[in-house]
Amino acid sequence: MNAPLRSAGAAIEIRKASKRYGAFVALNDIDLSIRPGEFMTLLGPSGSGKTTTLNLIAGFTDISSGTLEIGGKSVTGLPSHKRNIGVVFQHYALFPHMTVGKNVAYPLTLRGINGDDREKRVKRALDMVKMADFAHRYPNELSGGQQQRVALARALVFDPPLLLMDEPLGALDKKLREWLQLEIKRIHRELGTTFVYVTHDQEEALVLSDRIAVFNGGRIEQIGTGRELYDNPATLFVGRFIGESTVLRGAVEVSGDKTVMTIADEKVVAHGRLAGGARPVILLRPERVALKRPGAEPVSGENRLSGTVAEAIYLGSGSKYEVRLKDSTIAIVRSPLGAADFAIGDAVDVAFMPADLTLLPDDASADVTLT
Amino acid sequence: MTATPDQGLPTGLAGAGQPAFLSRFRLRGAVWLAVPAVLVLLVALAYPLAIVVLRSFTDPAPGLDNYVWFFQSAVNRAVLQRTFVVAAWVTVVSLICAYPYAYAMTIVGKNLRLALILCVLVPFWLSGVVRTLAWVILLQDSGVINSFLRGVGLPPVKLIRTLPGVVIGMTQVLLPFMILPIYTVMKGIDTRLLQAARSLGAKPWRAFVQIYMPLSLPGVYAGCIIVFILSLGFYITPALLGGPRSILLSSLVQNQVLSLLNWGRGGAMGVVLLVATFVLLAIAAPLMRQKHSATRREA
Amino acid sequence: MPSFSRILLGLFCLLVALLLLAPTLVVIPMSFNGNKSLAFPPVGFSWQWYDNFFTNPDWTTSFTNSLIIALIVAVVATVVGTLAAFGVTRAAARTGGLLRALLITPMVVPGVVLAIGIYAVYLDTHLVGTVTGFVLAHTMLAIPFVLIAVQANLEVFDRRLETAAASLGAGRLTVFRTVTLPLILPGVLSGALFAFITSFDEIIVALFITSPYLKTLPVQIYTSITRDADPTVAAVGTLLFLATSLIIIAGLLIGTRRGRT
Repeated sequence: MNAPLRSAGAAIEIRKASKRYGAFVALNDIDLSIRPGEFMTLLGPSGSGKTTTLNLIAGFTDISSGTLEIGGKSVTGLPSHKRNIGVVFQHYALFPHMTVGKNVAYPLTLRGINGDDREKRVKRALDMVKMADFAHRYPNELSGGQQQRVALARALVFDPPLLLMDEPLGALDKKLREWLQLEIKRIHRELGTTFVYVTHDQEEALVLSDRIAVFNGGRIEQIGTGRELYDNPATLFVGRFIGESTVLRGAVEVSGDKTVMTIADEKVVAHGRLAGGARPVILLRPERVALKRPGAEPVSGENRLSGTVAEAIYLGSGSKYEVRLKDSTIAIVRSPLGAADFAIGDAVDVAFMPADLTLLPDDASADVTLT
Repeated sequence: MTATPDQGLPTGLAGAGQPAFLSRFRLRGAVWLAVPAVLVLLVALAYPLAIVVLRSFTDPAPGLDNYVWFFQSAVNRAVLQRTFVVAAWVTVVSLICAYPYAYAMTIVGKNLRLALILCVLVPFWLSGVVRTLAWVILLQDSGVINSFLRGVGLPPVKLIRTLPGVVIGMTQVLLPFMILPIYTVMKGIDTRLLQAARSLGAKPWRAFVQIYMPLSLPGVYAGCIIVFILSLGFYITPALLGGPRSILLSSLVQNQVLSLLNWGRGGAMGVVLLVATFVLLAIAAPLMRQKHSATRREA
Repeated sequence: MPSFSRILLGLFCLLVALLLLAPTLVVIPMSFNGNKSLAFPPVGFSWQWYDNFFTNPDWTTSFTNSLIIALIVAVVATVVGTLAAFGVTRAAARTGGLLRALLITPMVVPGVVLAIGIYAVYLDTHLVGTVTGFVLAHTMLAIPFVLIAVQANLEVFDRRLETAAASLGAGRLTVFRTVTLPLILPGVLSGALFAFITSFDEIIVALFITSPYLKTLPVQIYTSITRDADPTVAAVGTLLFLATSLIIIAGLLIGTRRGRT
């Protein structure tokens, strides 16, 4: 009856892939395995190589070195029109001279599918994105969100084993974006197609993805689930790019399996030590930190840094504080509903357990890229 | 970006700082600015054309005699037909030359594009009469083309005072009018649409034919109609390059009025030419309007 | 697109470019012809045709006539056309569209039809062979070019700038002089250039309303071509070509420099 479009998702294997434009290295020796049916997000700031990777998979650009396999077959030299991959573009790329129906029918016509069969599949694809009533409209008569849904239907109507999306929601406003994120997630669940999604919005990546590959400067910094990236970032860049964080820097002493950092005149103890000779920094997540009044009874083993509240924001679900530490670092703290309230100017202690901090090698580029 | 004055502006802002009746006065005032131009056109365009039409019905005697004469004469009908055939040829040849050229202009680098644009504009900088003279030199029996043909051992071709000669000369003169509108439209086509078509499974040539070409049509229509209409009324080039067997309607009009002093008959021919031009424009105007904008506004 | 079709496209464009440039490439060498002949290739080398142009009163007077008429036309048509462009752009959309269609009709009316009409009117009003007659006809022909050039500038002109200037205390004329005009000046200038060239180059109407006492340069060129094979026309053509090229290239250079700042 109205069975959803279904296709076995294709696996992608990228090994040692590089892409150079003259002297500029857009992609530097990346490895990336995507499992069949997986929702993989390529996340990173602009110019980090995520779109280049997408273009390589789509066949819009050629790989400079390395290998790329889709569904177990090398696609090197295969032009994009023979790859059978659905692509959704940020700018929709609907053909302005064709109606919505014609746009969606286009890839079917190219594949020699005509008549009733084609009509049925167009209808099914438009139903899936809830745009069936608009089949006779022209793209310029639709809103941005509607156009993007049509683009999605067009990219999926020929049952590609793989769907690529390049910041598809980038041009839409926040409400619409959040709604469409859920739609995309639902469609992914229904189809079983492999989705590769490019975005610079980390929240969007967390909402949508099975796994996320974080790109920076033409390299992949880390691949993992949202939880892995948030709780155990492999690099300072990943830690700062995903979610909110406070980075502490100071003089470091290593004794046994403990690392002690001195910030102004206060000491912070961390378990473990960094391998290699890199300078360590401490990354704190706002929810893993509590604010306490300076006199409060210390919990055993707890780290405490004193400071003053510089900003207090009531969020409904709790409060967010910015605390100026003695060395002028701003620490971000999120208190759950029901925790003690503080006002701007209050003297406070920022308290956290050694298990709740992350020790990472310092990386100056992590700061620069974010601004 | 481009703000269309009357639409892009919130009405409240347009009238800011002045009473509402003033801004309304201002809008009406704007139309008055065109009055001098309209006057010039009334005196130097509308009135003369009215005289032409009037004389075609009244000179030498009131009635339709001049038109009856025009359409009864086999020679006149042949000239009328020839005028349309030549215009059609010039349009087709121009289109064939212009389409790839305009496309090339959109895909080459900045410097090469500048060179290609200069090649289109240079003909405009050479006086029209002088340009036609150049074609006389090129096409004449002892001209460049025939010297070349003799040089490579081929028989000479009669070009001057023949229809092909007229078509070649007119094509060169009118080619920029074909290239520029096509280029303008092509420049606005979002080439990412071609990428999208390929991702959906279209071979490059198929994407070009099914996506790019339909989107470039408004430019093609505009170019064709401009070239065709200008060809219909062309006078100098056919007069200098053509011979008695390739005479076009404009020359016939000139001959009736200046040599035979027959204002009525000349006027009738002129009216036929005028009517043909405006009928064509009326037919073509809707085609040139871009129904579905090929260029995309950012959302 | 594979490179083979690219090469084909390149070759084709080369041919088209050659076709476009052919007349220029012929006229320039011809102007240095040693013989009084228009047969190609020219024989020998001489400046005599340039010499003839600057000394023969037929050529010098017709050149001066054209220059005077074209200058007046440039001024009149630019003023009238710029005003009209404001009217068209700032009137209500419907009125503006209608007005614009009306004002550009001179571009599509067949030249000969127009010429006999104007000739008829001028015969009655004794304007044949007068500067006034030429200026009136040429202004009418030049208005569409000015209108299009200025309108292109006006349409991208952000009218909020005028509102801003008014809010800062500028009166309507001051706004026009200090904000609007400087910003649309490129359009006005290119409109003026178009108007000048339209008049300077106009031949069809000129052939009808000319008289032995008032000939313009194109008329002189035309009669010279039809009467004898005088290479002076090639010299004139070359000079005109150089002059126009210089003006336009200067305009382009100024335009790009302005655009950069």
